Formats: sequence, C-alpha cells, structure tokens
Amino acid sequence: MEAALQSIWFFLWGLLWAVFFMTDGFDFGVGTLLPFLGKDDTEKRMMINAIGPLWDGNEVWLITAGGVTFAAFPAVYALMFSSLYTPLLLILFALIIRGVSFEFRGKVESETWKKVWDACIFVGSAAPAVLFGVAFANIFQGLPFDGTGYHGNFIALLNPYGLLGGILFLLLFLVHGALWLTIRVSGALQQRADAAANKLWFVLAAVAVAFLIATYFYTPIYHNYLSSPVLLLVPLITVAALFGIKLLLAKQNYFKAWFSSALTIVSATFFCIIGLYPNLFPSNLDTAFSLTAHNASASHLTLTVMLVVVLLFIPLVIGYQLWAYFMFSDKVTMDVLAEEEAY
Amino acid sequence: MDVVFLSRLQFAAATMFHFLFVPLTLGLSVMVAYMETKYVRTGDKLYLSMTKFWGKLFLINFAVGVVTGITLEFQFGTNWSRYSEYVGDIFGSLLAIEATTSFFLESTLLGVWVFGWKKLSKKAHATVMWLVAIAGTLSSVWILLANGWMQHPVGYVLRNGRAELESFWAVATNKFGILEFFHTVSGAYVLSAFFVMGISAYHLLKKQHVEFFHRSFKIALVFGLASSIFVAAIGDTHGVHVSEVQPAKLAAMESHWETTTRAPIHMFAIPDEENERNLIEIGSIPGLLSLLGFHDINAEVIGLRDIPRDERPPVLLTFISFRVMVGLGTLFILLTLYGIIRRNRLLESTNYLKIMLFSLPLPYIAIELGWVLAEVGRQPWIVYGLMRTSDAASPIAASQVLVSLIGFIVVYGLLGAIGFYLIATHARKGPMEPETA
Ligand code: HDD
Ligand code: HEM
Ligand code: HEM
Repeated sequence: MEAALQSIWFFLWGLLWAVFFMTDGFDFGVGTLLPFLGKDDTEKRMMINAIGPLWDGNEVWLITAGGVTFAAFPAVYALMFSSLYTPLLLILFALIIRGVSFEFRGKVESETWKKVWDACIFVGSAAPAVLFGVAFANIFQGLPFDGTGYHGNFIALLNPYGLLGGILFLLLFLVHGALWLTIRVSGALQQRADAAANKLWFVLAAVAVAFLIATYFYTPIYHNYLSSPVLLLVPLITVAALFGIKLLLAKQNYFKAWFSSALTIVSATFFCIIGLYPNLFPSNLDTAFSLTAHNASASHLTLTVMLVVVLLFIPLVIGYQLWAYFMFSDKVTMDVLAEEEAY
Repeated sequence: MDVVFLSRLQFAAATMFHFLFVPLTLGLSVMVAYMETKYVRTGDKLYLSMTKFWGKLFLINFAVGVVTGITLEFQFGTNWSRYSEYVGDIFGSLLAIEATTSFFLESTLLGVWVFGWKKLSKKAHATVMWLVAIAGTLSSVWILLANGWMQHPVGYVLRNGRAELESFWAVATNKFGILEFFHTVSGAYVLSAFFVMGISAYHLLKKQHVEFFHRSFKIALVFGLASSIFVAAIGDTHGVHVSEVQPAKLAAMESHWETTTRAPIHMFAIPDEENERNLIEIGSIPGLLSLLGFHDINAEVIGLRDIPRDERPPVLLTFISFRVMVGLGTLFILLTLYGIIRRNRLLESTNYLKIMLFSLPLPYIAIELGWVLAEVGRQPWIVYGLMRTSDAASPIAASQVLVSLIGFIVVYGLLGAIGFYLIATHARKGPMEPETA
C-alpha cells in the first residue's frame, strides 16, 4: 500500500515535469528563435504575441513541479535544490528576465530598450532550456554525494553527457517552438518557421540518437528496460513521434505536427523517468545514499491529502488551460497587434 | 559572514521585494474587476477606460510580482534545506496546494483577460477578472497558512526525525494563519486604495481628466476607509493572539523587560538590550499593554528578562517596526475619514490632494514593517519553539550564497527601478481614450 502510493507520486512527479517541458518548452523555443526568425519589429511582436497569453500559465507547471517535490519528497527537494544551487539560481534569474521582458518590451517606446528586452528574451529562454537539460542529464548519471553531503560543483556538471542533455533539450524546444509558430503566424514568417523546424529536425534526430547511445554508456537508465522489455514501448513511441513530426510537417499539417512534437517531449521525459525509477536523486558515490521514492517520501497522510488535491484540481487546471489554448490557437493578425493590450 | 546570516539576508531581500508588488496585485485586481463590472452594468464608457488604465498599471506590477515569486518557491530548498527536510511534510504541501489551486488559475486567466477583450462577451470578460482576483486571494490564504504554521505550529507529530502531518484540518484552520490572512489582505487593500488615490490626486491637482480621476478617487476612498478600519481591528485581534502564543515577540514589540501585572505601554522608549532595560521611557500608560494584549487590564505580561537571552528576538527592530506600523495605520484611518467628509469638495481641497499624493508610499512602509515585525520578532526560531533558524540553513559554501546574494541585489535593484519607472510613466500619462462621461 505504502509503496504503491509512493510509486504513484513518483510518476505524478514525472508527469508534472513532462507537462512543464511540453508547455513552457515551446515558449522557450519561440524566445530563442526570436532574433533569428523575426526580421522586423512587427514580426518580433507577432512571435511574442503568439505565446503572449499562454506562457505564464505554462510556467506554473514548473512552480507546481517544484512544490510537489517539496510536498511529496521533502528530502529530494532539500538535497536536489541545495546541491544544484548554482544552475538552479541561474535558471531562476533567466526566468525572471524573460518574464518581465515580455511585459516591459511592450511598454517602452525607445528602440534601444526594445533591443535590450529582445536580448533578454533570447537569453532568458535559451539558458533555462539548456540548463534544465544539463541538470536532468546529471541526475540520470547520479551525483557525487554521500552521508556527509554533496561533493560536486557547477563546472563538473558540464561533463560531456550533461552538455549533450543540454543540447538535446534546446533542440527539442526549438523544434517545438518553431512548430507552434507555424500554427499561430502567417505569411513569410510562417514559411521561415516551417523551414526552421525542418532543418532543426535533422539536427534534433541526430542528437537524439547520440543521446540514446550515450545514455547506455553513461547511465543506468536502461537497467529497468532490460528487466521488463515491454517498457521499451515508451522509447518506441518517442521515436515514432519524432518521425511523425517530419512527416506531418512535410504535409504542412501543422497542428498535428505540433502534437507529435508534444508527444515526443512527454514520452522522452517518461523514457528517462521510467529508467530512473525508483530513484529520484541517485548518488554515484554509493547507491546506498540515493534518494528514492521509498526512502525520501513524505508521510502517508501528506501523500494522501496531496493525492486528493491533485486529483481534484489538476483535471480542472487542464480543463481551463485547454480552453485558453483553443481560444488562442488562431492566427496572430495585425488587428491583434493593434490592440492596446498586446505585447 | 556565515551561511546562516547570508541566507537570512538573501531571504529577507527576496521576500520583502516580492511583497513590494504582491499587495497591489491583491487589491488592484479587486478594484479593476469592480470597475469592469460597473462598465458591464451601466455601459458607461468611462468605466471601461478606468478598467483599461488601472488594468495596465496592474499588469506591469503583476509581471514583477510573478517573477519574484518563482525564486521564493525554490529558495526553501536552495538555502533552507535542513528546514525543508524537517517540515516539508506540512509546509511543502501548503505551497504545492497554493500552486495547484491558485497560481494556475491566476496566471492562465490573466492571459485570457489581457488578450481576450474581443473573444469573450463583456460579461464573461468581467467574470474572468473576478476569477483572477479570487485566485490571488486564495493564493494568499495558503501561503499565509504556511507562514502561520511557522509562527505557531499545529497539527503535527515529531516522528522519523521530522515534523509529520497529523491533522490537515488543524493546519488549515490554524488561527494564526487565518488572522494573518485577514490582516495582510486588508493591508493590501489599504495600499491599493492609497495607490489609486495618490495617482488620482496627481491628475486632479493638474486639473486633467477630472471626471475620470474624481470617480477613481471616490471608489478608492470608500475601499480605503473600510479596509483601514478593518486592518486596525484585525491587527488588534492579531496582537492578542500573538500575546498568547508568542510571549517573546509581544515583549519585544513593547520593549517590556519586567514581568508585571497591569503592564504599561510607553508612548516613546529606547530599548537598551545590553543592560536589559529601556534607556528612556516617556508617556507610560499603566495597564494598557495588559489591556491590549489580553483584553484584561490586570493580566500578567511576561517581560524579556524572564525569557532566556538566546530565545529573545532583536528588540529594537521589532519595537520600532510595530510602532511605525500602528502609527501609520492610525494615520490612514484619519486621512480616509477626512476624505469621506470632504468627498463632494475634493477638487477644491488642494492641500488634502497634495497630502494624498505624498501618502502613496506610506502603506508600502507599513506593510513591509509589519512583516519585519512578524518575521524578525519570531527569531531565533524559524518554526516557533520547534526549530532554530541557525539549524535550518543548507550545508553549502558561504561564498555561493554571497555570490547569489549579490546577484539578487543587482537584478532586483534593476528590476524594481525599471518596474516602478514604467508604472510611474504610465500613471503620469493618464488614460488613453478620450473621455465620454
Ligand atoms: C498597510 C498595512 C498595515 C497596517 C496599516 C497595519 N498592519 Fe499590522 N501587519 C501588516 C500590515 C499592516 C502585515 C504586513 O500585513 C503583517 C505582517 C504579518 C501579518 O500577518 O501582517 C502585519 C503584522 C502585524 C502584527 C504581527 C503579527 C505576527 O507577529 O505575525 C501585529 C500584532 C499587527 N500587525 C497589528 C497591527 C495593528 C494593531 C495595526 C493598527 C493600526 C496594524 N497592524 C496596522
Ligand atoms: C511577503 C511578505 C514577507 C516578508 C516581507 C518577509 C520578511 C522576512 C524577513 C525580513 C526575514 C528575515 C528575518 C530574520 O532572519 O531576522 C524573513 C525570514 C523568513 N521568512 Fe519571511 N517574510 C514574508 C513572508 C513569508 C512567508 C509567507 C513565509 C512562508 C511561507 C516566510 C518564510 C520565511 C523564512 C523561511 C525565513 C528564513 C528564516 C528566518 O530568518 O527565520 N516569509 N522573512
Ligand atoms: C515567502 C513566501 C512566498 C512564496 C514562496 C511565494 C511564491 C510565489 C510564486 C511562486 C509566485 C508566482 C506565481 C505565478 O506565476 O503566477 C507568486 C506570486 C504571487 N504571490 Fe507569492 N509567495 C510568497 C509570499 C507571498 C505572500 C505573503 C503573499 C500574499 C499575501 C503572496 C501572494 C502572491 C500573489 C497574489 C502572487 C501573484 C502575482 C503577483 O505577485 O503579483 N506571496 N508567489
């Protein structure tokens, strides 16, 4: 009973991260593409307004993932965030800069300041994308801690596998963001987004293959798959969805291509989460110190209360977020940009 | 400088900065929703341009509030990991509930409100703003229950080397947190009312957009008077509860050294912590502290000398914060009362308008000092009576915290400067639409 509840929470934890990557992921992608695809102020504003109504709601998935880590696995929240102090604070500062830049850019007249905010949006989107990848890749490898504490540092996180993870995340989000743009903008900008998604897809596919192979050598992720091969269905879905993006993009079926990309991100996250199970924060010095769903969880009562809360509210959240998504899945037109409230 | 000290500085800077923006979000959202509802009901375009003008200031403010909140959510883990491990079972769940029940609703629907003017019916659009306001209020319920639990822990058992949840009901109905909620939210309404009145006074003094700002001023005036009275009344009740559960804080608030019955309040005093006494005491009113603290003029009030030195909060800071907050709170009641009396002759009352313009920052000072009182007065405990702040910090290098602290000061300094600059420019510019009163 107890172990089952803890396992449920383990997968809910993974689900929250997966949804965060799936939603805010395209915001990161669009922000990173801003200087490359937007040729003038109007196009840049189109890109920003394409994510304008949604990015803040998307970011809450991160806050919730953090909050749920705190509530369900307090020991993990404590150790993970204090060990990964520097990368986490860099992510947070980047998110701060990104968040205010959307608002501030629309409220200033001066061209120089607009350029400053554009640069902030770029850095504030690209940096978290890479750093989340680096952080998670390092978690998959295990981190150097034991009973006496954490013995790593920031530079050591930038090892080959960690960096590969960073590049993979960035590419996933770039493709995801370019696809979102193909849905929401039109004209030359849409064509450029289509072309970008196409080109980036090849790089993404190559890096994904490299990552799958490197994962075998650097991490114990495949262990769970070898003991129950039926689970290999999950990475198969990832691969199929990845190819799906390309096929659907070729047919200019942008909605479906974006969904395929969303599925790629979610199933890729689950591929790793399943491989990690039951570890949440493994030690690479001595596995006896690894934090798992079973030795790091909150009390039975807290897990139960939180399960009720999540089962009641998350479906509701998904409901009104879908409503918002459908409301803002039409094209960003000049009329929209002319509105007083637009970014 | 050690990790604990640096972490305390960083946490204080981060929360106090967050709280420069949160109160306006809480109060202005309600006022904007009210204005939009008036527009829907009456069809009067002036209410629409009021909604848009105050809404724009709300949005700039909101942007800074949101981004500074995110760092807070993670700082318990980064800087207070021992604390997080010890209390996560209870404290963490309140934060997670806050995010699932409130932040999603607030952020998602605010996006809909900003971009949905043409996509929703007028009524639905106004409803969305009400939901944003409700979500903000709901979020403060949960975060203040979390803080209330640190101030006065309930509903837990010590098991497995940590505080584990025993009764969620007890945690969710903790009187301390509920009082904090009503007091903080009404303080936020005071602040928002003074914000609207201050900016309106600026334009009224310049005789521009008169009808627009006259109406705004009057709405804020009623809102401000009601909440000024409410915040003081709740503050009094809150004080009584603090007396019951945190005697050390009460003693520090009043710089009260000797345990006595019929304890006095000194209108003015200078605490001397070294020698455990007051250097100067002027205007002492016997029995008043007993009366205010326990609603009984003969009640015994524990003095600081009877509290071990290592369980006393910093007296001077706690004492001053309390004085200034209460002084300002009294001033707010007087200012809004006077405004109500002169409500039909506001335009001629130039001096009053000037005072209201320059009073705009005062509630900010009151609300920040209220928090200094609550949080500094809780020291040396991070969870009152249960865990010391000095045992709570993460086992990380002080240099790491120093670097991030400098980062916070630089980034937040710039952010605050730009944020307030933009609010000020847009406030000065006045409403966009031509008036059709
Ligand atoms: C505009 C803001 C404002 C105003 C006018 C007042 N307060 Fe206040 N006060 C706050 C804003 C605030 C606050 C920032 O919101 C605090 C911090 C923690 C809390 O719950 O509310 C607070 C804390 C606080 C506490 C400490 C609670 C604790 O230790 O946790 C007491 C005893 C009072 N207040 C009492 C009063 C009284 C008697 C007032 C009479 C006028 C008053 N306050 C005006
Ligand atoms: C937003 C308004 C708030 C302000 C302005 C504020 C202010 C402060 C200040 C000045 C300190 C430093 C006290 C000291 O170390 O002497 C502090 C500490 C702290 N506060 Fe708050 N606080 C606020 C709300 C909260 C809330 C809602 C929580 C919990 C949910 C909280 C949790 C903490 C913690 C964990 C510390 C660090 C440990 C400590 O120093 O005791 N604060 N806060
Ligand atoms: C120290 C503890 C606190 C933490 C950890 C915290 C956390 C957060 C987070 C993560 C956000 C961003 C949410 C979003 O993206 O919409 C936020 C915003 C917000 N917080 Fe806090 N907060 C703290 C203190 C407070 C207090 C004391 C209050 C209210 C009394 C409050 C009320 C709000 C509100 C209304 C928002 C909405 C946006 C805005 O600030 O304008 N917070 N907070």
